[in-house]
Amino acid sequence: MFEEVGTTTEGDIIVNVGPQHPATHGVLHLVITLNGETIKKVEPHLGYIHRSIEKMCESLSYRQFIYVTSRMDYLSSHINNHACALCVEKGLQVEVPPRAQVIRVLMDELTRIASHELWWGAMAMDLGAFTPFFHAFRERESINDIMEETCGARLTMNYMVPGGVMQDLHPNFQKKVKEFMQLYKRKIHEYDELVTGNVIFQNRMKNVGYLSAEDAVSYGCSGPTARGSGVNCDIRKIYPYEIYDKLEFDEVLETGGDSFARYMVRIREMQQSIRIIEQLIDNIPEGDFQAKTKAVLKLPKGEFYTRVETARGELGVYIVSEGGTTPYRIKFRSPGFSNLSVLDHIARGSKLGDLVAMMGTLDLVIPDIDR
Amino acid sequence: MSNEELKTKITELLPAAAFEEGGEWLTINIEPRDWLPLAQQLRNNDSLYFDYLYCLTCIDWKTHLTMVYHLSSTKHRHNIVIKSKLDRSNPEIETVSHIWRTAEFHEREVYEMFGVNFLNHPDLRLLILPDGWEGKNPLRKDFEDPINMIKL
Repeated sequence: MFEEVGTTTEGDIIVNVGPQHPATHGVLHLVITLNGETIKKVEPHLGYIHRSIEKMCESLSYRQFIYVTSRMDYLSSHINNHACALCVEKGLQVEVPPRAQVIRVLMDELTRIASHELWWGAMAMDLGAFTPFFHAFRERESINDIMEETCGARLTMNYMVPGGVMQDLHPNFQKKVKEFMQLYKRKIHEYDELVTGNVIFQNRMKNVGYLSAEDAVSYGCSGPTARGSGVNCDIRKIYPYEIYDKLEFDEVLETGGDSFARYMVRIREMQQSIRIIEQLIDNIPEGDFQAKTKAVLKLPKGEFYTRVETARGELGVYIVSEGGTTPYRIKFRSPGFSNLSVLDHIARGSKLGDLVAMMGTLDLVIPDIDR
Repeated sequence: MSNEELKTKITELLPAAAFEEGGEWLTINIEPRDWLPLAQQLRNNDSLYFDYLYCLTCIDWKTHLTMVYHLSSTKHRHNIVIKSKLDRSNPEIETVSHIWRTAEFHEREVYEMFGVNFLNHPDLRLLILPDGWEGKNPLRKDFEDPINMIKL
């Protein structure tokens, strides 16, 4: 049933990667058992950036706790806030005005592009290509500028509140987003020319870190990690929220199951996000950007669960309410936590040098794993 | 399957199952000793086929602990919630990490945060808390840490 855990035979080497290592993009500690250059076991040690966000939220009101969640997966902070706002709205049974729904989806998709841009640049850098990082940040920068104007922040947005969004869009928003899309379409071919089509890159990614569809489901993988193995798991498609069921976009699926398939999923997903933004940017309905809610929110006694698709996968927010102004218990089902658990499984038997290619395509964000 | 059909099916498998009303998904309360056989049925039965364990957590109710399992099926797209009441002074439940591999990490998290002992777990060690952590479990309601916790 299980392979033996914790056994080392003579000649095995234990190598520590992290907690401070450039390829872990944060404070993740991996204890790797090696036989020669072959990986026998990868054991993640977590908790270097554990802040116990779940405990913290138990003493914060339903308006306050959303701000903490931006600090989980800081690359998808809009989408984290969105999940929490949706969960509180489910409890309150508040109808979100159409304008707010469209703004939320626009922000989500811009965030998804920004997150994938950073992943693309950082992953290529892990593999030894430094140039893509600058290309990725050039485009990501314009998204951050758009966010800054409307939300006032570039990383931890805290823009979505129960009932809608915090304030209306900046007057420049539409113009800037269109400018960004023009820039993006002009530059997108550079991505493929620089990295995707590169033979050295493909050799390092293909047939590395194979994950079967069955294992992806069993290990609770979600997002591009599972879709690279051909698992239909896009929450926007299978359990649509907001206006996603009215939009035209494809769920990106690859069947390879290796690092290259996961890479291609993210690259193609960015184009789908562009497609969604194109449909919405000229059709933002007029009206309120926030529904009227009470100053102090009280959720009825009960349990509420929502899930959304972040850039990394399925984020679930589980609120247990006792009818008070603060949640009794809150659980964040973070995509990174489950995606990390598969690392040991896919890394066994491969070479140490390939580990970086696997970690890169799992797109780990450590604060999201530790919470 | 709809919630009603699921209800009939699960009553067949486990007559002692108590259903909870009002939730979004079908919620079942079971005894901890019934969990492992039911879990195997839920995963392997073709008409149920709950192959995706997307959330595993625990709630401290001060008098007892409740394990909560959220399951869904990638084939049938139905959801189910399983709850099991545990004794607070000696919480024990069978592991399901060999049925859903994701449970291995999630159970380790619940083990350190709530002190739930998962029987037959292959590797029940601290995951997030630092090595040598002793004392109470942080997510229990009576946990106090005067240095790092600030009361608002």
